[in-house]
Amino acid sequence: MDRETSRRAFLMGAAAGLGLGAVITVVPVHATPKEMEDAIRKVVGSARVTKGRVKLELPPLSENGNTVPLTVSVESPMTSADHVKAIHIFTELNPQPDVASFRFGPRAGQARVSTRIRLANTQTVTAIGELSDGSFWSATAAVVVTLAACLEDA
Amino acid sequence: MANALVNVPARARRGEIIEIKTLISHPMETGYRRTQLGGRIPRDIIRQFVCTYNGTEVFRAELHPAIAANPFFVFSTVATESGTLTFQWTGDNGFSAAETTTISVD
Repeated sequence: MDRETSRRAFLMGAAAGLGLGAVITVVPVHATPKEMEDAIRKVVGSARVTKGRVKLELPPLSENGNTVPLTVSVESPMTSADHVKAIHIFTELNPQPDVASFRFGPRAGQARVSTRIRLANTQTVTAIGELSDGSFWSATAAVVVTLAACLEDA
Repeated sequence: MANALVNVPARARRGEIIEIKTLISHPMETGYRRTQLGGRIPRDIIRQFVCTYNGTEVFRAELHPAIAANPFFVFSTVATESGTLTFQWTGDNGFSAAETTTISVD
C-alpha cells in the first residue's frame, strides 16, 4: 500500500504541475492475489495446475498500463485427439482478476493469440492453458507498469 | 458505428496455418472510472468475440474490462477450404458488430 500511496501522490503532483488542476479521485479497488487464486480455481476446478508448456510474452517494463501487448501460446499438435481447448489470463492487482478466456478448437491450427490488455499496477500476470485431456498448464510474467490504467478522469 | 478491421490472407494453400488479425473501435469502458464529480462511469465493454469459418467456430474470446480499448486480436486457423470467415463482436448495451471476408484455398 505504501508504494501505491506514494505513486498516487506523485501522479497528483504531476497533474498539478502540468496545470491540469484536476482532482484525481482514486478508490483503492483492486483484486488481491487471493482473489486471483479463487478466479483460477473457478476455471480449473479441483484439477492440478502444472507450470510449463505455456509461453506468455509480455514486455518486462510497460510505460502505459492502458495498453500492454500480450502474446500467449501453448505447444500442442492441435489434432482432435490432442489440442488446447482454452487459454485463460488472470492478473493479481487489477480491479478484477479475470482478463480474458480464449477458446480454440483443433481447427485453430496453433494455440497462439495476441491482444492488448490493461494493467492497473506493477504485477504478475498468469496464463492457464486448458488441454483436451483435461490437464492444466500455467506460465507467469512480471510487468512493471509506470503509468497505471484505470486512474485517469474521464 | 462500429469500425471493424479484419486482415485475412486472400488466398492460401490447403492445410496452411493462416494468421488472422482483427481490430474494432470500442472504448471498452471499464466501469471502474469516475467522472470529476465522482460519479461512476457505467461499464460498456465487448463481452465476446467469435470467429467462424464456413459456419464452424474456430476461435472465441470472452472479454473482461482488462482488455484495452479498441480490442485487437491475432489468432490463427487452418485453411481447409475456400469460403467465408465471419467475425462477430457482442457486448454491453446491445453492442453487436459483424464482419465477413472470403478466402480462396487451392
